[in-house]
Amino acid sequence: MSLYRAELRRLVLRRLTRWATVLGLAVLATVAIGVFLSNQKIDDAARAKAEVAAEQYWQQQVRQTEEIRAECEQAAARGDQSDRFPPDCSQISPPPQDVYLAEQYLPATFDFRASFGGTLIALAAILALVGFVVGSSFVGAEWNTGGMMTMLLWRPKRVSVLLTKLAALLTGLLALAVTTTVLWFGSFWLIASTRGSTAGMTTGAWQSFALTSLRGVVLALVAAVLGFGLASLGRHTAMALGGAVGVVVVGQFGLGVLLSLTGAKFVEAWLLPTYVQAWMQKEVVLQDWQTCRVNPFGQCDPETLTLTWQHTSGLLVAGLVLILGGACWAIRRRDVS
Amino acid sequence: MTAVLEIEGLQKSYRSRRRGTRNALDGFDMRVESGQVHGFLGPNGSGKTTTLRTLLGLIRPDGGRMRLLGHEVPADLSVVAGQVGAIVESPQFFPHFTARDTLSLLATAGEVRSTRVDEVLELVGLRDRSRERVKTYSLGMKQRLAVASALLKEPRLLILDEPANGLDPGGIREMRALMRNLSEAGTTVLLSSHILAEIQLICDSVTIISLGRRVAFGPVEKVLAAHSAGTVRVRLEAVADLPEASEALTRAGFHVTREPGHLLLAGVEEAAMVTRLLAGQGLYVSELVWVDADLESVFLDLTATAPAPGQSRQVDQPARPAAVGQRSTGGWGA
Repeated sequence: MSLYRAELRRLVLRRLTRWATVLGLAVLATVAIGVFLSNQKIDDAARAKAEVAAEQYWQQQVRQTEEIRAECEQAAARGDQSDRFPPDCSQISPPPQDVYLAEQYLPATFDFRASFGGTLIALAAILALVGFVVGSSFVGAEWNTGGMMTMLLWRPKRVSVLLTKLAALLTGLLALAVTTTVLWFGSFWLIASTRGSTAGMTTGAWQSFALTSLRGVVLALVAAVLGFGLASLGRHTAMALGGAVGVVVVGQFGLGVLLSLTGAKFVEAWLLPTYVQAWMQKEVVLQDWQTCRVNPFGQCDPETLTLTWQHTSGLLVAGLVLILGGACWAIRRRDVS
Repeated sequence: MTAVLEIEGLQKSYRSRRRGTRNALDGFDMRVESGQVHGFLGPNGSGKTTTLRTLLGLIRPDGGRMRLLGHEVPADLSVVAGQVGAIVESPQFFPHFTARDTLSLLATAGEVRSTRVDEVLELVGLRDRSRERVKTYSLGMKQRLAVASALLKEPRLLILDEPANGLDPGGIREMRALMRNLSEAGTTVLLSSHILAEIQLICDSVTIISLGRRVAFGPVEKVLAAHSAGTVRVRLEAVADLPEASEALTRAGFHVTREPGHLLLAGVEEAAMVTRLLAGQGLYVSELVWVDADLESVFLDLTATAPAPGQSRQVDQPARPAAVGQRSTGGWGA
């Protein structure tokens, strides 16, 4: 317990932890401020203004149509046979007024129920990035500077030291993620209240947002464990960061290009972001337009592949077992020199 | 006296595809008695640090037996770790933490009372600089911090690898006094160092390691006595006669070392044998003095690492005479 307390304190004292947290929060704050500034509350005045704008636009369209019809009739009187105008000028008629709905001329407004789910993906992505960087540095820098060796002189149980360190990291990140998520909910509720609408928030909608947030927090924790495990395996922060860059560049871009060239089906199914998307949105439906299935109406339906959050959870568990298990095995077996 | 540290037949090999197998420790033995300051000497690459790391559970041994404070290690290392303070090789700390933070974190992790941090900072002379980041410290200050971290536990056994590295002369003297005080207070100190004069001053006993094996051990005076017996310095009336005298003495079975202006003879039982032999050759002795060896000469002799003219010794290799006609500029691996 004392080691856990010390590691928790070490995590908070670390400069990179503080900077990564501040930077992550700054990015999230920028997003929230941007959403706040680019949305407006829709009141009666805004509605009236939108109705006026719709009316004005319709009238403008009517005027333009009248001008074109007049030109058409003049051209017909001159015997102009060009195809600039239809043969019957009466076909040129103004659009009906009901096409120009006032809603289309309303300013952007933040509908909490419709839009908040999307912002949770951004939140999860930032938290996962912070978790990965802080997690890899927390153990990588310790190996690199000899702090881990010093600690092992005090606590010779290697796996126990590593897992206690990880527990402290996850506690810190969980505290950050939960606090940030609560603030995120609060901020966007405030934005929706002042610059949009909070209507339609049923119990089911709240439950759905809560579960999406939970999956986002889990994603951040998994990213932290993966960074921690990779840096511990390589005994250097660069191992995790380099590994991540390698996976993105070689494993994702390279693989994506290669699979596209070979004409493979469902290329996205090989790319990690698809699984992250499936995790956050519960499922992703991939379509293969190369294969055409004709439906009873004679239309072409693409072949589909549905990836669910359960598929992603299998992938995450496999990654965790492989990397964290490897890190535990390595610290137990390898000499500390 | 009871032993606080016992090593028997310790073995450790490193295998490499390119270089094959290298025996870092080849049946190494060591024993440190309670309350002593024990010197641990050996040339670079002789296995000192490997021994200390193995003892402290950082390296897995291939064979042999080790006991610390009466407990088998590495099996019972967690039982005794709280009573063993150690610094191994160069001091390594997180550069952005202050000395106080560094020690405070260790104290929390090791369940050491927090007031101990101030005590050790005072002991090593870092009290007034304790709130500065470690990255601003000089090597000597980092060394002091390393010693402070080892002292935090109030250890029964203190293992220090090159603690005087980077210290100024005043710091070396303070470190010497600290070792003495700790020893008098009952702490056993195992001190690895290359500053042999310091070891001779501080230590009660020594172990000398070379190529992974113990080549000498015991109380400092006994080790010196065992290797200085029968050494005499001989000066002749005419310096020009030294080569002829050297040849005559070598033929007679003496181990002769030619020094500028005199000869050093080892294995001499009676001084009269030398004077009689040289007088018989028409060579007259102007001075003949029994020489007490110092630890440095014993160390260089035992580990065969004395610099030899025309030879560039590689790490892990004892010195060997250069082949006839071979020219070398000397130096480290030159």
